[in-house]
Amino acid sequence: MTTAPLDYAPPPPRSPRGIPLLVWPILVLALLLIFNFFFTPGFFHLTVRDGRVYGSLIDILRRGAPVMLLSLGMALVIATGGIDLSVGAVMAITGTIAAALIVRPDDSPLAFINVTHSLTLIILLSLAAAAIAGLWNGLLVALLDIQPIVATLILMVAGRGIARFPTSGQIVTFEHPGFEFLGTGGFLGLPFPVTIVVVVAILTGLLTRGTALGLFVESVGNNPKAARLAGVSSSRVKILVYVFCGFCAGVAGLISTADIKAADFNNLGLYLELDAILAVSLGGTSLSGGRFSIVGALIGAVLIQTLTTTILARGVPEPLTLVIKGMVVVLVCLLQSEKFRSRCKRLFKRGNS
Amino acid sequence: MSETLVYAQSPVPRRLPFSRQQMPLLATILVCTALYIGACVTFRGFFSKDVAVAFFGDNAFLGIAALGLTPVILSGGIDLSVGSMVACANIVLATLVENHHVSASVAILLVLAGGALFGCGTGMLIHFFDLTPFLITLGGLFALRGGALLISTDQIAITNDTIVKLTTATVPIGFGVQLPITAATFIALAIVLIFVSLYTSFGRNVYAVGGNEASAVLMGLPVGRTKVLVYTLSGFCSALAGVVYTLYTSSGDATAAKGMELDAIAAVVVGGTLLSGGVGQVIGTCVGVLVFGIIASAINFQGTLDPGWNRIVIGGLLLAFIILQKIIQPGKTGHA
Repeated sequence: MTTAPLDYAPPPPRSPRGIPLLVWPILVLALLLIFNFFFTPGFFHLTVRDGRVYGSLIDILRRGAPVMLLSLGMALVIATGGIDLSVGAVMAITGTIAAALIVRPDDSPLAFINVTHSLTLIILLSLAAAAIAGLWNGLLVALLDIQPIVATLILMVAGRGIARFPTSGQIVTFEHPGFEFLGTGGFLGLPFPVTIVVVVAILTGLLTRGTALGLFVESVGNNPKAARLAGVSSSRVKILVYVFCGFCAGVAGLISTADIKAADFNNLGLYLELDAILAVSLGGTSLSGGRFSIVGALIGAVLIQTLTTTILARGVPEPLTLVIKGMVVVLVCLLQSEKFRSRCKRLFKRGNS
Repeated sequence: MSETLVYAQSPVPRRLPFSRQQMPLLATILVCTALYIGACVTFRGFFSKDVAVAFFGDNAFLGIAALGLTPVILSGGIDLSVGSMVACANIVLATLVENHHVSASVAILLVLAGGALFGCGTGMLIHFFDLTPFLITLGGLFALRGGALLISTDQIAITNDTIVKLTTATVPIGFGVQLPITAATFIALAIVLIFVSLYTSFGRNVYAVGGNEASAVLMGLPVGRTKVLVYTLSGFCSALAGVVYTLYTSSGDATAAKGMELDAIAAVVVGGTLLSGGVGQVIGTCVGVLVFGIIASAINFQGTLDPGWNRIVIGGLLLAFIILQKIIQPGKTGHA
C-alpha cells in the first residue's frame, strides 16, 4: 500500500488580519538581540575552548533547554485544547528516580533495581516513569473526560509528594560522569542539552508536519465533534499527546538533574510549567487550542531565556527579572487581544482627525 | 407525539432533600467527618479542643486565600497570583512596621488596600481586553513574587508591639475555647462571604456569569462589574491572608507561601466547586480547607509517614471529587 504524498500543507498559524503570528515573537527577539548588541558588551562574543563554543548566546540556549523541551510537549497539548500543569512535577519525579537508580540509597523503594552499571537503562527507566505520568494525565483527560486543567492539577499536587519517595525524602547528590554528560557535556561544540533539544524538535516536527498527525492534533483542538465524524479518534490523539508531553518533561528533568548533580524534589522544575505555557503563548499559539507551531514554541522559550539573561547582564537584582517577566506576559496578552488592538486603532484614528 | 412519549417514559426523579448540585458538598462534609472520626479513633489525643482549634489556626491563611478564590472560580475565572500576593503582603507589612516605623493599623490597612487595588487592576485587564485569566494572573504571580523579593530577600523578624500583641491575641467563643485571632478572621470572613454569595445580588451575579456569561450579558446583568469585583475581592482576601500569615509566623519572608495558589485551588475543588464555574458553595471551601488541615495533622500525629503522603492524599481526594462531580453532572465540561 502506498500513501499519496500530502499535497496539502497546513497553513502556519495566522492572526485574523493575515499577519503570520510568528512575526511578533521574532520581532521581539530581534529587538532584544539588537538591544544587547549595543548595550551588553561581549554579548555576541563566542570563544572556542577545548573544542567547545562558549558565550552568552550559547549560554541562553543551554539554560533554556529544559523550557524548550517542555514547550514542545506543551504546544501539542495546548493544540488539542488542553493544558498540562504537571510537567514541573514530572521533571522532579524523573530526576529523583534517575538519582535513586544511580546512587541506590539503602532505604529507597527502588533499591532492588540494580542498573547502576548501565546508563541506557537508567535513562530508559526514568523516562518510562515520565511517560507513565503522561499516560495518567492522558487517560484522565481522554477517557474520564476531565477538564485538562483539573486533571493535570492532580498530578501537579501529588507529583511533588511522589517525587520524595525514590530517594526517601533526601536530596541525594551523585557523581556519574556518563549521566552528568546529559547536562554538562558537549556535542559538535555545542552543549549536549542543546543537541537533545534539536533532535527532539526535529523528530516532533517530522512526526507532526511530515505525517497527518499534526492535522489530527489540530482538528481535535478545533472541533472534537467534527474530528470524530471525520474518523479521528480524539481520545487516542489526546492520550498520545499527553504521553509525549510527559516524555518531554522527563527529558527536561534528566537534563536539569544532570546539570546540578542532585535530585532536588522541591525545586526541580518549580514553576517551569508556567514558563512552558508562557513560551507556547509567546510563540503565537492561542491557549484555546486548534493550532500549534513548533518553531513558535521554541522561539517563545528562547525569548524568555534571552530576556532573563539580558536583564541579568545589566546587573539588576535577580528578582526584577520576575517582575519584568510578569509585565511581558501582560503585554503579550494585550498585543494578542483583538479588543485591545481595535481600541488602540480607534484611539489612533481619533488622534489623526 | 414522540416527544411526549419519551417524556412520559423517562423515570420521574425521586425527590431528594437536597439538589444534585449540593451533592459534592455533602460528600466533602462526609469525607471531612469520616477523616476526623477516623483520626480521633486512631490517634490518642486527636480528639481535643486544642487540635480542633489548630485546624483553623494553622490553615487560616490558606483558608482566607481559598475563600477569596472561590468567587473567582465560581465566576468561571482563575487567580494564580494568590500565593505571591500572600508573600508580597507579608513582606510589605513587615518592612513597613519594622524599617519604616509605620503604625501597625495603618500598615495593615495599606496592605489590604494595595491587595484590593491590584486585584481590581487584574480584573479590569481581564474584562476590558478580554484576556485569559490564567495568563494574566500568571503575570501577577511572577510580578508579585519578584516585587516581594525586591523588597527584601532576608527574613524580617517582627518586634512591633501591636503586631506581637495581635499574634497572641485570642477571641473567646464560649465553652472555654480561645480562638486565635487568625482563626477568628478566617471564620468571620467565611460567614461574611457565605452571606454575600447566598443573599446579595452580587452573589447571584457571580453564579450567573460563571454559569453562562453570554446569557448573563443578555439578561442585562452587570457582567463587567461582577468580574472586576470578583478579582478585587480575591486580591483583598489574599492580602488579608498575607496579614494573617504575618501574625501566624510573626516575621516577613518573601519566599513564603510558594505554590500556595495550587493548594488554594485544590481546597476549592475538594470543597465541591467546579473549576468551569457556576457551580459550588463558599461553605464547601471551608470544609475543603478543614480536610487539608485534618490530613496534615493526622500525618503529623502518625509521625513516621513521609510528608510526601500529605500531597498524595490530597491529590487522591482531588481525583475522587472530580470523578464524583463527573458522575453527578456529566454534561458540564469546559476547556482549560
